[in-house]
Amino acid sequence: MTAFEAIASHYNYYITIFLMVAGLYVVIARGNMIKKLVGLGLFQTSVYLLYLAPGRIVGGTAPIYDKHYEIYSNPLPHVLMLTAIVVGVATLAVGLALVVRISEEFGTIDEDEIFARDEDQ
Amino acid sequence: MSSLHEHLPILQILVPLFGAVLTALTRSGVVAWTIAAFASAIAPFISAGLLARVIETGKPISYVMGSWAAPWGIEYRVDLLNAFMLLLISIIGLVSIPYARKSVATEIDSHKQPWFYTMYLLCLAGLLGIVVTGDAFNAFVFLEISSLATYTLIGLGRNRYALLSAYQYLVMGTIGATMYIVGVGILYLVTGTLNFVDLASRLGPAMATYPRPILAALAFMTVGVSLKLALFPLHVWLPNAYAYAPSFATAFLAGTATKAAIYLLIRIYFSVFAVAIPFSSLPITEIVLILSLAAMFIASFTAIFEKNAKRMLAHSSVAQIGYITLGIALANKMGLAGSLVHVFNHAIMKTALFFALGAMVYRTGYSTIPNLAGIGRKMPITTGAFVVAGLGLIGVPGTAGFISKWYLAMGALDHGWTWLVFLIVLSSLLAVVYIGRFVEIAYFREPAAELNNVREPPLTMLIPLLVLAAATIYLGFDTRLTGGVATHISEFLLGGLPQ
Repeated sequence: MTAFEAIASHYNYYITIFLMVAGLYVVIARGNMIKKLVGLGLFQTSVYLLYLAPGRIVGGTAPIYDKHYEIYSNPLPHVLMLTAIVVGVATLAVGLALVVRISEEFGTIDEDEIFARDEDQ
Repeated sequence: MSSLHEHLPILQILVPLFGAVLTALTRSGVVAWTIAAFASAIAPFISAGLLARVIETGKPISYVMGSWAAPWGIEYRVDLLNAFMLLLISIIGLVSIPYARKSVATEIDSHKQPWFYTMYLLCLAGLLGIVVTGDAFNAFVFLEISSLATYTLIGLGRNRYALLSAYQYLVMGTIGATMYIVGVGILYLVTGTLNFVDLASRLGPAMATYPRPILAALAFMTVGVSLKLALFPLHVWLPNAYAYAPSFATAFLAGTATKAAIYLLIRIYFSVFAVAIPFSSLPITEIVLILSLAAMFIASFTAIFEKNAKRMLAHSSVAQIGYITLGIALANKMGLAGSLVHVFNHAIMKTALFFALGAMVYRTGYSTIPNLAGIGRKMPITTGAFVVAGLGLIGVPGTAGFISKWYLAMGALDHGWTWLVFLIVLSSLLAVVYIGRFVEIAYFREPAAELNNVREPPLTMLIPLLVLAAATIYLGFDTRLTGGVATHISEFLLGGLPQ
């Protein structure tokens, strides 16, 4: 297998890794709490792709039983990711609610600003 | 009754989960507390029933969700290890709930109290769920249920920095949980299953074809779960979260949340990976051993210089988690037993310490050590219980902490590592310093004038505290429940492993 084939046949994993690392980078590098949550969302979303892409089987059809078809896609990863999406939405909701409260209490949503103010005291 | 008996594994989750729905519908703190108390009181009986049945039959209880047989359906599998952990978590819940009434009533606005109890019950259900399930993905779902409830509990602290700590914990906790499912996903890709038992049997053959993805999965799961259990250096969320959370939430979480994550780590290591791959060929011992030692020393050292007593105890928690993971790294009979004994004993002692501190905060409004000068004269019983639990934390003979450290030291000796025994004793001396510093200020300083009207906390707070302080002493003499069961679990976990 040439290097090109190795990359082309696994391209979904490369996209997953890119999204994952990009998300994690945003979480670490940004001080703005909303942007951090965006990064966190990206990080979580990359996992959906990690699960979903291999669930598709070449030549397979939708996993509805029919005697004309013999190969089906694997439905389990889709079900799992449905749950993970719910978890992701709930996490984002709690995170945003906390940011709203932080904004009310501190008057800013920038972590660096809050820590800088701490040191002044 | 026999039919109800069969459904105990799911009832363990359903009781607090249903309680959470009911509390969400009420608008009164007292009613919500009653419902929470009821659910918390039933849970230990279910766990005790499960433990008794596992010991009686000598084999794991398997509960097939919705009659879908494993590995297709979700299986709840209760063996000695789960049953032991379920009992621990539900006992801490039961002991905490009388304490909650007064503590929550002063720290949480009355319209938020029912929601507070909803979050507590969801957290309890999630933690019990992590422990009871035999499915790797289901464990993730419960992990997130308990975590989301925990973020809310912490965010409800009175200090505005509670919000900031809750946010930081949310970010780190979500990264941890996501790393865990990345690991689970990789395992699913190479084995096609999510059931722990099934995973263990398929991992061996898969190792021949995919050694690298499996090791990557192990790394992802280790880092993810370690974030949750606050293994050094992934513990940075913990001190602030414990320091700013409401007193009740701190005490409850210190005893249960990290312990459920430790359970998950033990399950992944010894029931999944080590079954397929000899433990000695996995790069676990070296890494976890070094991090545990770092936790024992660095976190204890930080605790010595901490001004806020709550944060001091939180740093001490990180150090004590170091002892627990040390036993996991040793991975021999006595070491692993020591780690499980310490999970139990530390939960009892640390909850007692946070109860005592919460009672002081309840009466004085302060958690900073200089402000608590002379508190030993104003609240002698509370401070006395603090000292007893503190002695347990140090590991003084005759307390529960001594038993854990004894087992750990035996585990180190079985490995032939005498130097490790020396390090365990040396790090305990650091605990003498930070507990001793608090005791010195509490007893030998004149109380400030503003503490004049301070007296013992109400009985609902005092009794749970005294029960746990008594348990610290009792578990130092009677080791049947801790040492005895933990040794059985350790033999059971290590018994079936290839060498």
